[in-house]
Amino acid sequence: MSKNTVSDRFRKVDVDEYDENKFVDEEDGGENQGGPDEAEVDGLLRQGNMNGALHAVLKNPPINTKNQNAKERAELLVVKVLSSFKSSDIEKAMGSLDKAGVDLLMKYIYRGFEKPSDNSSAVLLQWHEKALAVGGVGSIVRVLTARKTV
Amino acid sequence: MSLYSFGLEPLSCHAWNKDRTQIAVSPNNNVVNIYEKKGKDWVKIHELTEHSGRITGIDWAPESNRIVTCASDRNAYVWTMKDGLWKPTLVLVRINRAATCVKWSPLENKFALGSGARLISVCYFEKENDWWLSKHIKKPIRSTILSLDWHPNNILLAAGSADLHCRVFSAYIKDIEDKPGPTAWGAKMPFGEVLLEQKDCGGWVHSVSFSPSGDQLACVTHSSSVIVVDAAQSKQVTQLTTEHLPMLSVLHVSPTELMAAGHDSCPYQFTYKGPGTLKFVKKLDIPKQTSKGSMSAMQHFRNLDKRATEDDSNELDTLHQNSITQLCVVSGEKTKVEKFSSVGLDGAMVIWEFKVSDFTLK
Repeated sequence: MSKNTVSDRFRKVDVDEYDENKFVDEEDGGENQGGPDEAEVDGLLRQGNMNGALHAVLKNPPINTKNQNAKERAELLVVKVLSSFKSSDIEKAMGSLDKAGVDLLMKYIYRGFEKPSDNSSAVLLQWHEKALAVGGVGSIVRVLTARKTV
Repeated sequence: MSLYSFGLEPLSCHAWNKDRTQIAVSPNNNVVNIYEKKGKDWVKIHELTEHSGRITGIDWAPESNRIVTCASDRNAYVWTMKDGLWKPTLVLVRINRAATCVKWSPLENKFALGSGARLISVCYFEKENDWWLSKHIKKPIRSTILSLDWHPNNILLAAGSADLHCRVFSAYIKDIEDKPGPTAWGAKMPFGEVLLEQKDCGGWVHSVSFSPSGDQLACVTHSSSVIVVDAAQSKQVTQLTTEHLPMLSVLHVSPTELMAAGHDSCPYQFTYKGPGTLKFVKKLDIPKQTSKGSMSAMQHFRNLDKRATEDDSNELDTLHQNSITQLCVVSGEKTKVEKFSSVGLDGAMVIWEFKVSDFTLK
């Protein structure tokens, strides 16, 4: 046996990084997207305008930016808004969203599933059911295939 | 609608001969079977066994009666009928990855081959040396080519790729054809020229289809959407996201109607009448009215317990029991298709009828 078998550090090398044909996503300038406006959303929540808060929080999604903080802030804000809805109002709120809004909401819902906290999973599951009724499996497929996600 | 089952193996691809009495299919292995219609049945008459890898594409040229096949063994063969048998001729495609799709051009003097080597091989027959040569289109393709379609002018080629782009290239080969006139896609068309690069279609572009006039290009992507690029309206793009599972194949059945089918196992009809007017029309499959026999109470509760459902059937309510992989025109002109066929992972081939009165003018 040769001496080379002693160290196995070579197994931890990421060979894909050295591949010259590696597929690199095209960069889109997303530095301006800071996520939904927290002040605006909080204001609408306090006023009790649920639908308005939902629309406001779905504005300006941090899709193109690489700033993880912006994405996390946006996600927490969305979960906050979704949790403050009464179960009976969810369906009406879904009706007020357009196709792109439903797709975006699905992306936030699945993002929320990744980091569950307290009651968030139950709330998100209710929203998921209603969003699925409107968007169909196609909206879930788009969550899975999107290269740039919230 | 008529269904014929070719067995249990998935059908990777299929192609019809000129008068639609014979069909070439591959049951997900390295063999192409040719069946002939005898009454209501399809009887196997030939077996083409030259490939060593799984067959990924078959195309049958109707006028010159030649079959081109391509496989994951990085080869393509052109088969010609001699004395009642199909004789293969190797094509030098010069690719170092699997071939994924192949299509004869409308005039059948050349064919295009897509591959995992991130290039398209356009192959033509050179008479002096009596062999098939190929020219490569490489830039700016950055991943596997998943689908190809020729423009009616025999020069332009649309390619859908796994790098999420849909492109139109010029495949003009000056050795075998005259210079083409300008089209809605562009005027200058040297070989390899990119006339359209539709970026970021949302997902892998599984299938592309030119309209009968060649002025519109439709593609279906893995993000469950249908995209139409209209060259006649300055290349405006119309995108429709659907709530179905992704489609794997799209076909124009008239200048305005599209058929798309895929993982939902049934064809869907879409209509496009101009930029911004891409709409879903209807699902073509009529669900079977299954007569549920009387189930005993014991059976009912047993189902509820084991499967959380009261249903006893394991079948889908569509004709195909698994994803549809390819759609092909069977009868009718390109502008007025009357019948088209679909093959799927369930090993079945279904012939669908499309009636012109199906598109309602509202």
